[in-house]
Amino acid sequence: MNSIEPRFRPGDRVTVREARLDTHHRTPSYVKGKRGRVDVLCGMFPNPESGAYSMTGLPRRTLYRVEFDQTELWGDRYTGPRIDRLIIDIFEHWLEPG
Amino acid sequence: MSGVHDMGGRPNDDPIDQAEQTLMDWERRIHALVGVLREKRIMNTDELRRGIEAVPAREYESLSYYERWSASVELLLIEKGLLSPEEIDERAMALEERWG
Repeated sequence: MNSIEPRFRPGDRVTVREARLDTHHRTPSYVKGKRGRVDVLCGMFPNPESGAYSMTGLPRRTLYRVEFDQTELWGDRYTGPRIDRLIIDIFEHWLEPG
Repeated sequence: MSGVHDMGGRPNDDPIDQAEQTLMDWERRIHALVGVLREKRIMNTDELRRGIEAVPAREYESLSYYERWSASVELLLIEKGLLSPEEIDERAMALEERWG
């Protein structure tokens, strides 16, 4: 039974934290500091940031599928259709509201 | 500057090789070995990734996909005290002698 309430719901605007981290993490630099929308609440999963160091990755963390406009990520360098989006899994502790 | 593995979006004009890749026997074996080590709870996927990311940048660029897996497994097995660098080097030398 999981008692932790998810902080975000599908449709919420979120910004990815810009934290620099030299240890293992699953948030690629090209989404850090970018604004997106929560697409899907995936559930609770072991945290790779501790799991990568021989630990269990517990407690589990809330994982979301977050969508970004390609132009938000790449600016003018993106020459494809304006409606193109990128969808990526991001853990809750990497997300801020807004 | 993020790590060498975190290359998404870095400008690069190299064409993407979309040819079908043929796996060599040793590559299948590395993949199978990682499966066994996971099953026996000796390592997990996050540790495999961390080991791959620990490969120094220049070496990372020159290694193939499964060579990086192999480097990571070696690092993790040494770290966990299951094998020593000496044991691995000795075995590698013996195989080299046998296969020439």
